[in-house]
Amino acid sequence: MAQSNKGTNNLVSLPALLRRNANTFGSSAAFREKEFGIWQTWSWAKALDEAENFALGLIELGIQPGDFVAVLGRNRPDLYISMIAIQMTGATPVPQYQDSVAEEMEYVLAHCGAKFVVAGDQEQVDKILEIQSKLPDFEQMIYLDGRGLRKYDHSKLHSFLSVMESGKKSGENVRSILNERERALNYDSICVMLYTSGTTGRPKGVVLSNANIIETAKTTCEFDNLKQTDEILAYLPMAWIGDFIFSVGQAMWSGFCANCPESADTLSTDLREIGPTYYFAPPRVFEMQLTNVMIRMEDSGRFKKWLFDYFMEHARQVGANILDGKSVGLGSRIKYFLGELTVYGPLKNTLGLSKVRVGYTAGEAIGPEIFDFYRSLGINLKQLYGQTEASVYITQQPDGEVRGDTVGVPTPGVEVRIGDNGEVYYRSPGTFVEYYKNPESTADTKDPEGWVATGDAGFFEEDTGHLRIIDRAKDVAKMSDGSMFAPKYVENKLKFYPNILEAVVFGAGKERCVAFVNIDLSAVGNWAERNNIAYSSYQELAGNTKVLEMVKEHIEEVNISISEDKMLAGCQVHRFIVLHKELDADDGELTRTRKVRRKIIGEKFKDLVTALYDGSGSVYTETEVTYEDGRKGKISANLDIVDAQVINQANIAAE
Amino acid sequence: MLSTTEGYMTPDGRQIGGVVMEMKNITLKFGGVTAIEDISFDIHEGEIRAIIGPNGAGKSSMLNVISGFYIPQQGEVFFRGAKRAQLKPFEVARQGIARTFQNIALFEGMSVLDNVMTGRLTHMKAGIISQSLWRGPAEREETENREICERVIDFLEIQSIRKTPVSRLPYGLKKRVELARALASEPKLLLLDEPMAGMNVEEKEDMSRFILDVNDEFGTTIALIEHDMGVVMDLSDRVVVMDYGKKIGDGTPNEVRNNQAVIDAYLGVSHD
Repeated sequence: MAQSNKGTNNLVSLPALLRRNANTFGSSAAFREKEFGIWQTWSWAKALDEAENFALGLIELGIQPGDFVAVLGRNRPDLYISMIAIQMTGATPVPQYQDSVAEEMEYVLAHCGAKFVVAGDQEQVDKILEIQSKLPDFEQMIYLDGRGLRKYDHSKLHSFLSVMESGKKSGENVRSILNERERALNYDSICVMLYTSGTTGRPKGVVLSNANIIETAKTTCEFDNLKQTDEILAYLPMAWIGDFIFSVGQAMWSGFCANCPESADTLSTDLREIGPTYYFAPPRVFEMQLTNVMIRMEDSGRFKKWLFDYFMEHARQVGANILDGKSVGLGSRIKYFLGELTVYGPLKNTLGLSKVRVGYTAGEAIGPEIFDFYRSLGINLKQLYGQTEASVYITQQPDGEVRGDTVGVPTPGVEVRIGDNGEVYYRSPGTFVEYYKNPESTADTKDPEGWVATGDAGFFEEDTGHLRIIDRAKDVAKMSDGSMFAPKYVENKLKFYPNILEAVVFGAGKERCVAFVNIDLSAVGNWAERNNIAYSSYQELAGNTKVLEMVKEHIEEVNISISEDKMLAGCQVHRFIVLHKELDADDGELTRTRKVRRKIIGEKFKDLVTALYDGSGSVYTETEVTYEDGRKGKISANLDIVDAQVINQANIAAE
Repeated sequence: MLSTTEGYMTPDGRQIGGVVMEMKNITLKFGGVTAIEDISFDIHEGEIRAIIGPNGAGKSSMLNVISGFYIPQQGEVFFRGAKRAQLKPFEVARQGIARTFQNIALFEGMSVLDNVMTGRLTHMKAGIISQSLWRGPAEREETENREICERVIDFLEIQSIRKTPVSRLPYGLKKRVELARALASEPKLLLLDEPMAGMNVEEKEDMSRFILDVNDEFGTTIALIEHDMGVVMDLSDRVVVMDYGKKIGDGTPNEVRNNQAVIDAYLGVSHD
């Protein structure tokens, strides 16, 4: 797997790609952002112009090659442009999660020694000012939105516009410095550094080279035939590798436009207005959309409800086959066409997915019902499997070979093998360079031949060659009787119910499994409204006996389905608690990408786990919670513990 | 007494200008009831001036006198050095005074954007015919005014409800939309009648932030009535305290807080 040290046509860095795009299709849209109610457009030529000016301004401020620059804020064209500008100066952008609290950011910024910070608004500026005394390397901060910053000390603070302005006016000597630094960029220079969300322990800085990003963008754009005319909505956290690959890597390689929403609250409107052709969303987003659709259909008139149910039933039967190009018979096709006119088309339009040519979901397992729902509407939704260390792509599903339970075949250029312990290993042009300042972890993860351990357990299906992921390798454990314990497998089955937002299953080393459940406030809240159940808070609704009853039914259904699998029959949930608070990243219970931190939750709610195992009927607990502004408070609750019916293996055998 | 009083510097370093509005010996009666009795105070350019007092103290009446809605039987109001004659509401708006109401007064059936646009009405010149024809100046004018409204919408972070009918909004957001409409008229003086009544802590914090930002970004002079003492003391530069139609205190939040008459009015006095 010799990594070519020369990219195609000397396109060895993102600034080089930007220059090519500005030269070949300079007037077409590179970025759009909705501001003041109107979509504002940055052409590739304008993007290059701004990137150059900003880079010059940064040099005037004293940026040096090899410096790290933290970028924090919501998705905005100026931030994307600043990342490219940072690369032009030979420095490395380190995008941050905008909802990180100051302490989390302190670790990351101190670890990479960020000298400069580009911040979106006052909120982000405040966070940095709060921790700046602990950041010895910090020198200058640049902000986009100056609102509320008038009275701040501006000795270390500059507006984005003023930096661009000073860059524009800079003399020949500064320009030649910039040219020199840009020329020095090659395929092996660092493109970006992204911190992993850290399901365990401290975040690690994943160093990705230009070759990693550009090679990955190249092969995957070919795989899905992404074109210059495609449109994507850039709304996922900029600190996440997926956004960097989709909105920067692939967008710059193919030259398509990344559209930034006006604010997080206007996302669905903006999605509908843009109508992206290439769309990515984690399962959670698809789940939420589907839940909303179902809630609204419950509230609609009887005729509409009937029409929806009638045609959705038909779509479930033939929709996916039509999408895969299989033959379904003329009658079915005509009926599907009528459904498209009356239900599927308008629904897709409402969801903003009318034009989606290629859609992906990844990050977590997606519920088969959810997945099938979108595909049956004729949306080409596929799954991929990847991680930051691989520049996303490890496997993905080719058109026409899409299934809910696999994650597809290896992406072109990626080699995948299964280790002796069932762990998935890969090697690819996208494989990361190293963990920054952490050679031990690098050596642990990446062997000298370049194989990287994913930490996930999985296997290839014999007949199709598709990869299936079971669980995190280290989460797969044994129960006390020696049978296999795969918590994620059970949790996913539970989470597929719209009423259940999150589930955490315990049982490693024990004789029975127990679970924590978070209900989905919007779905259960709507259900409560229809059933005349009054509630004032999440906590109150979660403790309602009827809600507990409903969750119990879901769990028992899951138990039945688990019991059918001989290997995992021991993972049936015997007892459960509906938690009194929603699991939250601010409390450290979830990662910023909203993955469950099993160990931390287990320790934090130790009293509850104990109560689940000692047979008590209810338990009193107090929990510390962190509010968005960092203040802490306490909530206490008396929680009922509910027993769920399990299917006994011996009984089945006897029948 | 015209704007002879000099400006001053606030503790947080803002330069406050001279007097923009002055009440002189205002007395307002409704039949036999004296709502306001011989009150004088002034509002300086760029400051946040609060009017506080227990229920029925005459605060809202005072605000209505400032806005020109009530005409006091005695006393005079000076605005920018000139004595104010009786004005119609739209004339007040043209002078650069905007207000929000204690009980929300929005057009419930209209969208947020349309409500905010009504704040621009006094700035529009196109007549009914050219507006219906929708050509040339009328169209240009609407675009310009829309832009100003969009900036306000962006400023108050209500983009996501731009097209939502007001009747569907929760109380806290309606209050914000009212503020947006007032801001859309680009006022010099903004009158807020209990902007935080009925809000929860989070909404109050948001609203306080917006009021400070409005004052900071646009240099708008703000006069507000508020019951929440914490909010008043944090926000305002100077406070007028009223009780039973009389002024019982006037000064910085700290001065007012230590004023015995104010403490008595709020906590009550024993009658022995």
